[in-house]
Amino acid sequence: MTGLARRGLLAAAGAAAAALPARPGRAQATPTIRIGVLTDMSGPYRDTTGPGSVVCTQQAAAEFRNRGFAIEVLAADHQNKPDVGANLARQWFDQGVDAIVDVPTSSVALAIAGIAREKNKVFLNSGAATSDLTGAQCGPNTVHWTYDTYMLAKGTGGAITRTGGDTWFFITADYAFGHALERDTANFVRAAGGRVLGAVRYPFPQTTDFSAFVVQAQASRAKVLGMANASTDTVNTIKAAREFGLHRSMRFAALLMGVIDIHALGLEQGQGLLLTESFYWDLNDRTRAFTARIRPHNQNRPPAMVPAGCYGATLHYLKAVADLGAERAKASGLEVVQRMKAMPTDDDAFGPGRIREDGRKLHPAYLFQVKAPAESSGPWDYYRLVATTPGEEAFRPLNEGGCAFLRG
Amino acid sequence: MDEIFGIPAPLLFGQLLLGLINGAFYAMLSLGLAVIFGLLNIVNMTHGALFMMGAFAAWMLLNYLGLGYWWAMLIAPLAIGAFGMVLEKLFISRLYKLDHLYGLLLTFGLALVIEGVFRNYYGSSGLPYRIPSELQGAWDLGFMFMPVYRGWVVVAALFFCLATWLVIEKTRLGAYLRAATENAPLVQAFGVNVPRMVTLTYGGGVALAALAGVLAAPIYSVNPQMGTNLIIVVFAVVVIGGMGSILGSVITGFTLGLIEGLTKVFWPEASATVIFVIMAIVLLARPAGLFGRA
Repeated sequence: MTGLARRGLLAAAGAAAAALPARPGRAQATPTIRIGVLTDMSGPYRDTTGPGSVVCTQQAAAEFRNRGFAIEVLAADHQNKPDVGANLARQWFDQGVDAIVDVPTSSVALAIAGIAREKNKVFLNSGAATSDLTGAQCGPNTVHWTYDTYMLAKGTGGAITRTGGDTWFFITADYAFGHALERDTANFVRAAGGRVLGAVRYPFPQTTDFSAFVVQAQASRAKVLGMANASTDTVNTIKAAREFGLHRSMRFAALLMGVIDIHALGLEQGQGLLLTESFYWDLNDRTRAFTARIRPHNQNRPPAMVPAGCYGATLHYLKAVADLGAERAKASGLEVVQRMKAMPTDDDAFGPGRIREDGRKLHPAYLFQVKAPAESSGPWDYYRLVATTPGEEAFRPLNEGGCAFLRG
Repeated sequence: MDEIFGIPAPLLFGQLLLGLINGAFYAMLSLGLAVIFGLLNIVNMTHGALFMMGAFAAWMLLNYLGLGYWWAMLIAPLAIGAFGMVLEKLFISRLYKLDHLYGLLLTFGLALVIEGVFRNYYGSSGLPYRIPSELQGAWDLGFMFMPVYRGWVVVAALFFCLATWLVIEKTRLGAYLRAATENAPLVQAFGVNVPRMVTLTYGGGVALAALAGVLAAPIYSVNPQMGTNLIIVVFAVVVIGGMGSILGSVITGFTLGLIEGLTKVFWPEASATVIFVIMAIVLLARPAGLFGRA
């Protein structure tokens, strides 16, 4: 598939050329911190990450001007392919990029994490879900900012199991992310005394029709349909499940679903769904102020969770760079990440928090219920807050992750 | 007999039925492809993008003009078919004398451009489209719960497949078309405007894709990449059926839908691969396809 890889490089070149340096025209002597947003610009995760992530990263750079170094934000499309992503990351790091931001799609993110460690650069992940980034495949150069499969599993899976949903059937995307999400959720279901009656793993991303899988779920007689997938796959699963009448006998657990997906699904089909996010634009005054800054650059849409994470992670990274000095920061990504972990975090999108030794960013997780059409005041007014889990409890405890570099 | 290979029989029957429904989409799309390949010798890679445009047309008609599903069934194929004819006149008609590969590259490029334009304006996460109120609800078949809309898809697809086959095999127009593929200059000498007929044929194949898009809009997320995954499978269907064989593509479409449905029960992880395994075997054993003429 060299043709497709080439297409990716061309797209990357175009995107890189289009991304303006935050501070053009500085004197040569000023060091430049280069941040590459590696994301999905053309595939299923484009709307939940993609251009929104670039806008939010640029916003963080714009808010952090005049600290003695220039900031340049680049962007490229990894097409959700680990090989394409890895090639772009190597190329960027070799060309002086200091940090890579976002990287949705767990399989790509795991590949980039290894490269960042090898090249001693910084990997600020916002878009990928797998909790392995700070677990079995953790690395000292990685910060996992926004959410992970454990947080989603505990938030949504835990809440549904506690309220009587004790038998589950999973429809799972057959790759790293789906497996991690299914595994983490199943652990919560079993821990709460529930049972997993079955699971079906469908090929990703080639699957469009989910009717065969929802009918299998229906036949299992489980009380809960666990959807360990994301984006258009989740939308298509819910559409098929409602069409086949599953909503009469089962509760839906859309384990990774965001405000953009609800927008795509429509409130009529989405109403009543429980979902977990760590950012919602209409949560408090600070998130609303942040949203007001982003909207004009984001096709007048509020930022979604993952782009908000790119903002928070980039801002905190830049604070650590300023603290450490840009020259030292460029020399050692490891040192920057260590400084990031030593400093408390605070930004408008996520409020105060911290980064744990294994690279896990800790902040509250929110359980939302999707509003009925009559409750919503208009587009993007989609959530009602049900419960808040504090940051220290929302994520997997440090000693359960099995992160190797902490031991050695 | 309650179980077949460890799977409860009702579940298996249900899955076979669902396989047929998916097969209906494959059949309609591969039919359009087969018509275009058979008569124009073009491997039409834009077919998936045009299918997507059909679904978007349905959404636009509803949201911009307030015209519902039934109007979309009529207007979307006409509008997208007309768009297809413009594509044919502007680009594709220049390639008839060249190798297939040029047509493939051109139409692949066009598909990328069309999808990119839609992604730019409508994003990738999709748009909601409701099942028309007349077709909501479901029948309880005993062994499974059958949504009315899915039944409608099968009936509609069968109808359009049959109609297309009749037009090409049993009408005077179809006879001209088939004659033109055999010997275009001779047909032209009899006073038939062959280039115009070719343009209309391309428009017809495109209209079939758009129609499939309208049928898909209520049950799948309407998004710019909705045709991308489907089109590769549909190509495999056309290759297995025999490039250019109209009846072959319809029969193969339904059959492969069934096989894929069974795979989704016994080995769901392989359900996207099984069709290509079959394609490889068929190409080795019968390079012209099951229904093709070598």
